[in-house]
Amino acid sequence: MARIDLVDLAQSYNGNDAPLESFALKPVTMTWRQGGAYALLGPSGCGKTTLLNLISGIVTPSRGQILFDGRDITPLSTQKRNIAQVFQFPVIYDTMTVGENLAFPLKNRGIAKAEVDARVRQIAGLLDLTPYLNRKATRLTADAKQKISLGRGLVRSDVAAVLFDEPLTVIDPELKWQLRSKLKALHRELDLTMIYVTHDQTEALTFADTVVVMHDGRVVQSGTPAELFDKPAHTFVGYFIGSPGMNIVPAEVSGHEARIDGHVIGLHRNYGVLPAGKKIEIGVRPEFVDVAAPASGLLSATIERIDDLGRIQFARVRVGNTKLAARVPPGFSVSGDTAGLVFNPAYVHVYADSHLVEGVA
Amino acid sequence: MDKTINQKAWFLVLPVFLVVAFSAVLPLMTVVNYSMQDTFGNNQFFWNGVGWFKELLDPSTDLGGRFLASLGRNLFFSAVILAIEVPLGIVVALSMPREGWSVAACLVILALPLLIPWNVVGTIWQIFGRPDIGLLGYVLNHLGFNYNYVSNEVDAWVTVIVMDVWHWTSLVALLCYAGLKSIPDAYYQAAQIDGASRWAVFKAIQLPKMNRVLLIAVLLRFMDSFMIYTEPFVVTGGGPGNSTTFVSIELVKIALGQFDLGKAAALSLVYNLIILIVCWVFYTVMTNAGSERPVKEGAA
Repeated sequence: MARIDLVDLAQSYNGNDAPLESFALKPVTMTWRQGGAYALLGPSGCGKTTLLNLISGIVTPSRGQILFDGRDITPLSTQKRNIAQVFQFPVIYDTMTVGENLAFPLKNRGIAKAEVDARVRQIAGLLDLTPYLNRKATRLTADAKQKISLGRGLVRSDVAAVLFDEPLTVIDPELKWQLRSKLKALHRELDLTMIYVTHDQTEALTFADTVVVMHDGRVVQSGTPAELFDKPAHTFVGYFIGSPGMNIVPAEVSGHEARIDGHVIGLHRNYGVLPAGKKIEIGVRPEFVDVAAPASGLLSATIERIDDLGRIQFARVRVGNTKLAARVPPGFSVSGDTAGLVFNPAYVHVYADSHLVEGVA
Repeated sequence: MDKTINQKAWFLVLPVFLVVAFSAVLPLMTVVNYSMQDTFGNNQFFWNGVGWFKELLDPSTDLGGRFLASLGRNLFFSAVILAIEVPLGIVVALSMPREGWSVAACLVILALPLLIPWNVVGTIWQIFGRPDIGLLGYVLNHLGFNYNYVSNEVDAWVTVIVMDVWHWTSLVALLCYAGLKSIPDAYYQAAQIDGASRWAVFKAIQLPKMNRVLLIAVLLRFMDSFMIYTEPFVVTGGGPGNSTTFVSIELVKIALGQFDLGKAAALSLVYNLIILIVCWVFYTVMTNAGSERPVKEGAA
């Protein structure tokens, strides 16, 4: 159990002299607190697995340090780091029984047999593996095997953190739900720091209390699911989280006003005069834009189609060359192919070169 | 249900039937035929029933004595080379590099002995071991070892075994290497995370994953070493005395040296049967060893 600090940590697979832009992980400084449930979220190739392998020691960083409780462990090997990791595909020791598989990480560290047995029984109980304890671990289903892998990750009570590298990829959708809520329950039960890598936002948002979003080798935002939804710090976060993603529209912003195609939208905050030369955009989630009957004073848009998600309907519309999604309010029926857009000013954010600009209230 | 009757299918089977008949069934039946008869040359044959087989299994007769003694030597030889080549092959495979240009270099060097014809291997070692002009024999004798495979039984055995190890360990190593290469990296990473020692990694991951290729390696090496003929024949000629006369060498002596076709046929049938049985037993035991016993209901 430990607090984990990353100090200017960076990784390049092309050598340390390569230009910074080509780094798989650009320098990152952040803290993971003891007992937290974290998700590392991002598209494939964004560097999340690299970050995980750096923490576990499978990869040695090109630059920077990793501290466990303030102690620099960067040069230590994986064995000495006291970390557990669960991989994408189940890893099973074929010749051992399920129980021996679970006991393996403890036995290797010379822990007394009574203690090993107690811990194995506890973990097997939590993962519903008790009936299989004396069976050979081969010839089990994929999800049972992955449960064994999870169990081996969780069996050590003293680890600094348990890292999960997309552990539910091989599991059927229905069982995925069960295992995910199981993991959440285990987190509460065992008081371990857990870092969960995934590219699936549902998985990340349901598992974690802090979600770390990565994009192109950088950490772009870390916060609670609500923060990520309400106030994305980067246009990528807005776009990647939520379904459909955030609308990003080029605009001119000054003071309390944003202009799109000459049309004025009121803003909740005062942005003064923004620095010139930057790409200024406004971002607003589809949930906070309503379509309405065309009227003067409303931004008018062309309706392309309506997506019916059952509980809610989204209209796909176009303003000039920019595509947007907007909510169709209950009881409103679309007629014709033009509509007006009503923005909720409290949820309209301003971005300069993709980064959030904080206004003044 | 009415089946369409179409006798034309026989013509499709016919080529295979003919090939198998002429390449396997007819020669084998000829041998079976010979094994029941005796001949004094001149193409005259006399019925002998199972006489040769009785003699073959009776150590007090000349034929049985020679057969059983050479069979014992053969079994001992196979056991020794398996005991050396299998562990050695595993060690070589484990110490080979996993990537880079050195992989290709290692593979070429390992493959070299396998590409040399048997009688050439025999000739190489025959000369290599000679005390007068061979590098090995000359150096050993100069260092004070009285090494001479022509006159000393132990030296002859050591030479034949070392030659076989030199010739065939590569095969075991290459098979094991292929088995090792098929293990995904995640297994090694998981073992690191689990704090496994080098020995535990070998026991829990590498050995079980090499199971199948090791089975093939052991079977191939057993059959080959049990049928060995050319190399010891070239190096020692079965001597000194009869000390390195293996079953195949004895067989050739009887069949071509004495032209005792009946005895030779009986011997080769028994020889063939032993190889089949040993391989079958071996295969069954090895494939069943890894599989799980049925789990009793409610046992857990």
